[in-house]
Amino acid sequence: MILVVEQILNGAQFGLTLFLLAAGLTLIFGIMGVVHLAHGSLYMLGAYAGAMVMTMTSSFLLAILAALSFSFILGLAIEYLMMRRLCARDHLVHVLATFGLVLFFNGLVAFGVGRAPVFMNGPQELNGFVLIMQDLPYPLYRLVVMGVGLVVALLLWWMMAHTRLGMLIRAGSLQREMVAALGVNIDQLFLIVFALGALLAGLAGVMIGPIRSVQIGMGEQVLILTFVVIVVGGIGSIRGAFIGALLVGMSDTLGRAFAPSLLKLWLSHSQADAMGSALSSILVYVVMAIVLIVRPRGLCPIEE
Amino acid sequence: MKREGWGTCLVWGCFILLPFIAQAMGSMYIVTLATRIAILAMVALSLDLLVGWSGLVSFGHAAYFGLGGYVVAISSFHEQDGTTLFGFAGSHEALIVWPLAILVSAIFASVIGVLSLRTRGVYFIMITLAFAQMLYYFFVALKIYGGDDGLALPARNVIAGYKITDARLYYFLCLGLLACVWWGLGRVVHARFGYVLRGAKISERRMKALGFDVNLYHLTAFVISGALAGLGGALWVNLDRFVAPDMLSWTRSGNFLVMIILGGSGTLLGPVVGAALYIILETKLAALSDYWQIVFGPLVIAVALFLPRGLWAYVRERLS
Repeated sequence: MILVVEQILNGAQFGLTLFLLAAGLTLIFGIMGVVHLAHGSLYMLGAYAGAMVMTMTSSFLLAILAALSFSFILGLAIEYLMMRRLCARDHLVHVLATFGLVLFFNGLVAFGVGRAPVFMNGPQELNGFVLIMQDLPYPLYRLVVMGVGLVVALLLWWMMAHTRLGMLIRAGSLQREMVAALGVNIDQLFLIVFALGALLAGLAGVMIGPIRSVQIGMGEQVLILTFVVIVVGGIGSIRGAFIGALLVGMSDTLGRAFAPSLLKLWLSHSQADAMGSALSSILVYVVMAIVLIVRPRGLCPIEE
Repeated sequence: MKREGWGTCLVWGCFILLPFIAQAMGSMYIVTLATRIAILAMVALSLDLLVGWSGLVSFGHAAYFGLGGYVVAISSFHEQDGTTLFGFAGSHEALIVWPLAILVSAIFASVIGVLSLRTRGVYFIMITLAFAQMLYYFFVALKIYGGDDGLALPARNVIAGYKITDARLYYFLCLGLLACVWWGLGRVVHARFGYVLRGAKISERRMKALGFDVNLYHLTAFVISGALAGLGGALWVNLDRFVAPDMLSWTRSGNFLVMIILGGSGTLLGPVVGAALYIILETKLAALSDYWQIVFGPLVIAVALFLPRGLWAYVRERLS
């Protein structure tokens, strides 16, 4: 029982981190219509920026600030220099250009920091444990990560539902040309959305830094899962990203934790281990395939 | 058409003369490199049937490439081991194993194709990626066949009992098969079948209104494309004598797409030029520096920004 609660919490924490990445990416996808493979790189660079500032100043607040501003500025630059010219082009060209960007950033980090993983200390004040249930101490830091995810979700919901910017974003994801024709500066809107997405990716990176090691390739791993999230949720929908992120985070974490032991009910020990590990890594993609086959436009499609 | 012929002659001339130049330079390494190019060009060509000619961007093509490779390696493994898999005792006879690789890839492609082709656009990109990832993790978890560490091939497949040890002979074999694929796909895209695909790329609705079962055409293209990638995988594993889940990784699927776009999609020569360019650049830059990606990345971006239809299309336009 305790194990189940703990794994559910882990799943929620992973899901909420995925949400930070997916929220930005789903807006970029939905509004600008670009396939953005370098979103994971921004996550990686945010984590690196945070880790470096953390080792230099040992202030977590500064680390977060550094990661946020770094990824935000990078997002502005990428949009202004590259994405702007690619928007109107084919998906294929987006894949090519952002793939090049991924290579470039990986090379840059290898050159500047080295290929060895970097370890990032968490903030001293959040090092403790919280007793959630009897006999279940849970790391405080992970709870904070969940809290950040929830706060961002609330803020994004507020922004989308109650601000002019949110209204323009919603309108833009449905009728881009119409919004432009009404006199809205669409270039500026794209710039804001893209940089906001980059900022959230950087935030996810710096928050996850103390939990997982910071290394080259961390972005690519999480990028694919992020794609799964937004496709499951429905491209362009923040609500869909939230549901999808929790679904993917939960099924991944719970699958890894329980698939082998569940299979042991029917199979021999070694078979169950082998099958279980295969099953749990595949589970997320099975979920996605099922969702797409049943609802080809995701769980919360944006209405046409 | 005339320019196309000129480029074709140049590319094939290079391919055929290369081993002799390599011999004159005394570097057999170049032959291995050229074999790599020939195999990857075959896979890129097959993917372009979907991407360039049909407008279906599949982001999971490495899956069929890897499946073909695993069929070869697993067959050899059972032959060596004396065990059986589904009653199949394994073999390292190319005339059995390679068609089997093609068949297995085609079967997987037909199942994945039926499910994926329900979606279009970005959703299609993602669902093909998801299926490829499933197979990738499946092979990672398959501990009998090495799991993450991969599986070594005890020896290269024999063809009708004949061992191919000479690198140049193997190169010409791959080149011959590439020529077959090239010729075959050339026939396909200029036949009625190809025109239907091209029509559906521009307007699926109109082709349907004309009475074509577009889905069936797309599925056929998907299966052909997967099957040929399986053949490519079989050849690749025979070259390296090693297979690992890395063959199915999404970065490899990305690489195939980059090759196509680099050369120019929707042409026969483009994917071949792209594959050659990609491999040559990667090898040259990696030899220069460990941090070759810093140069290679921006180069790829520059192609995307300034030559969106690929190098070959650009050259062709400049010439005419």
